[in-house]
Amino acid sequence: MNELHCLECQIEPTEEELYSQLDDILLEYINKPGALIPVLQIAQRIFGYLPEKALKKISLTLKKSYSEVAGVVSFYSFFSTQPRGKFMVRVCLGTACYVRGGKEVLNSLKKELGIDVGMTTDDKMFSIDVGRCFGACGLAPVIMVNDDVHQRVKPEKINELLSVYKAGLNNTIKEAV
Amino acid sequence: MINLIINGLEVSVPEGTTLLQAASKIGVKIPTLCHVPNKDPKGACRVCLVEVKNARSLVASCAMPASEGMRVFTATKRVRDARKTVVELLLSEHNGDCKTCDRNDDCELQELARNLGIDEVRFEGERAKYQYDDSTAALIRDNGKCIKCRRCVTVCNEIQNVGALFPQGRGYDSVIGPAFAMNLDTVACVQCGQCAAVCPVGAITENSHIDKVWKVIDNPEKIVLVQTAPAIRAALGECFDYEPGTLVTGKMVSALKQIGFDKVFDTNFAADLTIMEEGSELLMRLKNAIVEKKEAHLPQFSSCSPGWINFLEYFYPEMIDNLSTCKSPQQMFGAVAKSYYAKKNNIDPKDIVVVSVMPCTAKKFEAQRPEMNSSGYTDVDYVLTTRELGKMIKQAGISFRDLPDSEMDSPLGRSSGAADIFANTGGVMEAAIRTVYELVTGRELPADNLHLQPLMGLEGIKTASLKIEGTVPAWSFLEGVELKVAVSHGLGNTSKLLQRIKDGEEYHFVEVMTCAGGCIGGGGQPRFTTDEIRKKRMSAIYREDEGKTLRKSHENPDILEIYAEFFEHPLSHNSHNLLHTHYNKKSPV
Ligand code: SF4
Ligand code: SF4
Ligand code: FES
Repeated sequence: MNELHCLECQIEPTEEELYSQLDDILLEYINKPGALIPVLQIAQRIFGYLPEKALKKISLTLKKSYSEVAGVVSFYSFFSTQPRGKFMVRVCLGTACYVRGGKEVLNSLKKELGIDVGMTTDDKMFSIDVGRCFGACGLAPVIMVNDDVHQRVKPEKINELLSVYKAGLNNTIKEAV
Repeated sequence: MINLIINGLEVSVPEGTTLLQAASKIGVKIPTLCHVPNKDPKGACRVCLVEVKNARSLVASCAMPASEGMRVFTATKRVRDARKTVVELLLSEHNGDCKTCDRNDDCELQELARNLGIDEVRFEGERAKYQYDDSTAALIRDNGKCIKCRRCVTVCNEIQNVGALFPQGRGYDSVIGPAFAMNLDTVACVQCGQCAAVCPVGAITENSHIDKVWKVIDNPEKIVLVQTAPAIRAALGECFDYEPGTLVTGKMVSALKQIGFDKVFDTNFAADLTIMEEGSELLMRLKNAIVEKKEAHLPQFSSCSPGWINFLEYFYPEMIDNLSTCKSPQQMFGAVAKSYYAKKNNIDPKDIVVVSVMPCTAKKFEAQRPEMNSSGYTDVDYVLTTRELGKMIKQAGISFRDLPDSEMDSPLGRSSGAADIFANTGGVMEAAIRTVYELVTGRELPADNLHLQPLMGLEGIKTASLKIEGTVPAWSFLEGVELKVAVSHGLGNTSKLLQRIKDGEEYHFVEVMTCAGGCIGGGGQPRFTTDEIRKKRMSAIYREDEGKTLRKSHENPDILEIYAEFFEHPLSHNSHNLLHTHYNKKSPV
């Protein structure tokens, strides 16, 4: 694996380095049955999202048609073909959250960040996604920012919640998935 | 054997037979949407539901195997109501106007609705998104009409091994289409049209040239020549309710004349020409390999089937030198019409329009390949499928069944039986061997009725070998050589054959046809082509061949004449220029 890709010192690996990581992974999975989904998951971890070039490479190497690869990517909401922000904000729209204002939270978030679901802010800080149940229904509505769970979120307090991340003040900063 | 009772009728079937198959055996028709014959049942659409005594719920007959003593009912109220609901739901989402739809006369969804007595749609669904995709030369996709049965996905992935189509997205927003629901030209589609041939509705159809053809026919300044592929004569009748396998060659010619084509010629003529060129090319490659010890790129691959050309260019570019450089008969015809024929008849080639009638959608793509214009003019201007010709005949108000028989015009209308069998899987090979064997030995191919039995029929991959003995002096280097050949049809089978070749199986000549059964099962043929229909069309083609006295390409007097007057000999400079082509390596993504 690539040693330059070091979280501590925060040196961004170059595109070339990321693709060479993908090559290593592909080499490992090339003849394994059922490789497509695990490879896509790893690729998303490497790039932060699934760039077209990576998908095409996966399609060629695993001998899965590009349409099939795209079909799988677009089936699972977990996969994203858009670059993701540093912080992935997931709004739960499961039944409990939905009835207790999840939709309003989502609208407020969209307004606050000026983007729609599946998009990323221009400064690459935030992306929005929706989910179905994070297992915290008792404290609905729930949102997740990367791995942080926020409960009983109030639409009018979204700004406050985000500001912590904007300022880099939260103590649980983790790489976006 | 398993005995069961369907609608009160007793039937015995072998183990593993589905209820759908068992019912069809005794003439009970069960509707299907997602099912593709010979492929694993998907059990997805639920219109094939039937009632089985003592079973709690209705079962999907396409997936349920028959078992001993089963009592099955295919048309009870419960069954009819369930099917009705399914079809009503489909109709509630369907976004298309039946009045103007290409499939108005043979839409399976309309037929289902009619047969189920649906006179109103109780549900009001959100209409499917309308995406009109005319990005390819061969096909039009209209997603609004798609009922997501996925038949196209099954043929494109499981039979053709191409995978241009796949479900994209999830749930209501899902569409059946190319990667990320973009246009078809963004992915490696070989344009075989097998998807269009199985689509039950008007969601995938050929890119129609009917209006353009009427327009040139109406233009008095144009001389419009039509050529018909060998496979048309064994299938066109189906558009006029003839039994599959009825030969309608003479009526077809009459209809084309009535429509207003200036001359009715035969792609078969160009098929004979192809045999002369492709057979000579094979002999040249063999000579290079055996005598000159040069790299000869064996096996030689046949090059008549444009979907196969696309497939090889995309998926096996490393084998591109194995492809015969011969243009397909369609393109050879066009090149000859705008050079030899024009000259012979003192016509300015710019006034000639060549229309071909093909069993194929990929031919539409082939015709517009930029390199297909070596005479200085586009070889072929428009391509109609068999289905489109059927429509034009109806548009012209011609009563097809009442037509007399007519003969093709001369000189591009005469052909041998060897040309007819180009329509069938194995036919190009047989035609080539009839000629090559005789050229090399001076004797007729020693085969029963000139047929190479192991290369006939619907087996996916067929092989044969033939020992060459008693050669004439010019070909003595072939004395004792065991000529090995292989034939595949359907691109999935072809992938398997290519793998075998890569793994070391040796052949000299390989014939590939894109579609199951060969051209008689092409993507432009009347719907719906089953194996039973393939067999009937194939035997009609063999009948056409056997009915001729002229059965070998090299004996066709008009072929001898075109060489004497124009090309000199096969593989001459002039023939290289007009009758041969080159290919391009492409990437599948
Ligand atoms: S034309 Fe052939 S390759 Fe293209 S989508 Fe249809 S079935 Fe697939
Ligand atoms: S395009 Fe036709 S065959 Fe394909 S899923 Fe839609 S309706 Fe079925
Ligand atoms: S045909 Fe049986 S479920 Fe579709």
